[in-house]
Amino acid sequence: MKGTITINSELCKECLLCTISCKKENLQPADELNSKGFHPIVLKADADCNGCALCATICPDIAIEVYRE
Amino acid sequence: MKKVFSRPKSLKTTAFHYCGGCGHSIAHRLIAEAIDELDIQGRIIGVPPAGCAVIAYNYFDIDMLESPHGRGCAVATGVKRVLPDRIVFSYQGDGDLAAIGTAETFHAANRGENITVIFINNAVYGMTGGQMAPTTLLGQTSTTTPPGRSALLDGHPIHFSEILGQLPGTMYIERCAVNTPANILKAKKAVKKAFQYQMDNVGFSLIEILSQCPTNWKMSPIDACRWVNEVMTKEYPLGIIKDCKR
Amino acid sequence: MQGNRVIGEAAIRAGCRFYAGYPITPQNELTEYMADNMRRAKGGTFIQAESEIAAVNMVLGASAAGARAMTSSSSPGISLKQEGISSLAADELPAVIVNIMRGGPGLGNILPSQGDYFQATRGGGHGDYRTIVLAPASVQELADLTMDAFDLADRYRNPVLILADGMMGQMSEPVLFSEPAPRQYPECYVLNGKGKGKSKFIRALILDAIRMEEHNWKLYRKYQVIAQKEVRFETFWTDDAEILIVAYGTAARIAKGAIKRSRELGIPVGLIRPITLWPFPMDVIRAFAERVENFLVFEMNTGQMIEDVQLALAGVGKVHFYGRPGGVIPTPAELAKVIAYHARKK
Repeated sequence: MKGTITINSELCKECLLCTISCKKENLQPADELNSKGFHPIVLKADADCNGCALCATICPDIAIEVYRE
Repeated sequence: MKKVFSRPKSLKTTAFHYCGGCGHSIAHRLIAEAIDELDIQGRIIGVPPAGCAVIAYNYFDIDMLESPHGRGCAVATGVKRVLPDRIVFSYQGDGDLAAIGTAETFHAANRGENITVIFINNAVYGMTGGQMAPTTLLGQTSTTTPPGRSALLDGHPIHFSEILGQLPGTMYIERCAVNTPANILKAKKAVKKAFQYQMDNVGFSLIEILSQCPTNWKMSPIDACRWVNEVMTKEYPLGIIKDCKR
Repeated sequence: MQGNRVIGEAAIRAGCRFYAGYPITPQNELTEYMADNMRRAKGGTFIQAESEIAAVNMVLGASAAGARAMTSSSSPGISLKQEGISSLAADELPAVIVNIMRGGPGLGNILPSQGDYFQATRGGGHGDYRTIVLAPASVQELADLTMDAFDLADRYRNPVLILADGMMGQMSEPVLFSEPAPRQYPECYVLNGKGKGKSKFIRALILDAIRMEEHNWKLYRKYQVIAQKEVRFETFWTDDAEILIVAYGTAARIAKGAIKRSRELGIPVGLIRPITLWPFPMDVIRAFAERVENFLVFEMNTGQMIEDVQLALAGVGKVHFYGRPGGVIPTPAELAKVIAYHARKK
């Protein structure tokens, strides 16, 4: 199954819960900061996302939208 | 590809003020998802607490009525008795529900009011800066128990859900957590079931949600979620405490 | 019919459909009357709450949900309700609260007194708000003012306090219930689920100082309107009076007896009876001061309404006081002696 996510970087508070929830370790903090001073989480360039939505389920700030085929 | 996860309709697009990793944010979302899935956004009324979630009405896109601290179950009782065909829930923290609000919670449960109570248990008073709560664990430090909670001086942590389960007027009580995706999905199921019981006129339901409070526990969100699993659930085990239909 | 029960009957006739209360002497007959009759009224809810605090908060919920709602208690229980009353005022929710006063402070006793005047008129609870305070002086007025209380509460979206005392609650007099006016309360203020429209919330917490200030001034302007329009009072034998008694409720009835005796002795004394304690009939009393010099404030306490009389007179004239606190019921004869004393002193 192929999937992907979009992350609203302005909503991200860098709690890092998504990074430990993703079974494929697809997520990491960006180098840049958002306007609140957090490093928003981004999908890694080589991410192999299947749209399982575990990250979105745990994200407290509803920053993640998930797409699946 | 089609979108399989997005913000529930019953939540406004306002960004949460809650701390990163806070259980309130997750609880708000799963309650809103339950409201969407049951299609009750137009017929539900919520009563927020005094506490970090006092401004829950900025987030939920439903009718909401503020309550003085601790009195949520009395306010919800008044609303439900006048509007029995609406779904009424109160959303309260551990101090709101089990300290200042002990009598109102206990007696609404005892009267068997057909309301749903969402009990956010983070073992500390969050909004006011980290004081001891009725549910603070023995040995747990807080700003009012600097050496750690002592049974001799501060009493034991209260298992209010179990106490309410003793009352014949309560119909469905379950304890959940929001520290892992799996637990979050179970919590949503429980909230949905509680609302459904209310719609079916079964009676009083309460869903206790163990909630991480990274800021006042002085932990990172990841460590806080781990602490819920490794420490809190030992004191407050997850699962169904009472279900009159089983 | 007994005073306490009359309040209940008047409330039900006025369309009250939610009552929550807690037993406390000397108002239990009212709670029991509601237990019996509210259940029989169509759509009525009676709850014996676990405390006076719970009761006023249930009333808050019921009022927000659109019902005419009432709670009752006596002095110490009214102290417990203060946060709830402040919240009702902040939320601009209508509600009727009945205080059948007893001796205080503290547990006090169960006899009638007027010791809660400050509590009733000076807020009682925290913050810049007012409750309309109605002071009946007969069982008939208990009926009439209870019905009016619901109308006033709706009209101004504010809690209304009926301030009576244990004597009035316990005594029985003939009463005629009038036809209630139909309720006029806009649907837009009722919280009953957003339906297909926009969601609403009712709240008192306003974190931004400027917006909180706006809200406070908005309430203040409302209270100014009430002060202009809703003052009620009665005058008794005031046309040629040289001493004016100011008294309300049971004290006013005692005063009338004392005045009749004094008049027989040729003493020119009269009575101003405030019926609204808030808004207080400031202008009325001030107007009398143009030709009357002596005011005798008569209360069943150690002196509370006297401060409003002094405020109204602003230094003009002389203000005297006679009071019996603690649940003592003064007699017309003893008040007549006091009037005679002041008449001689003039």
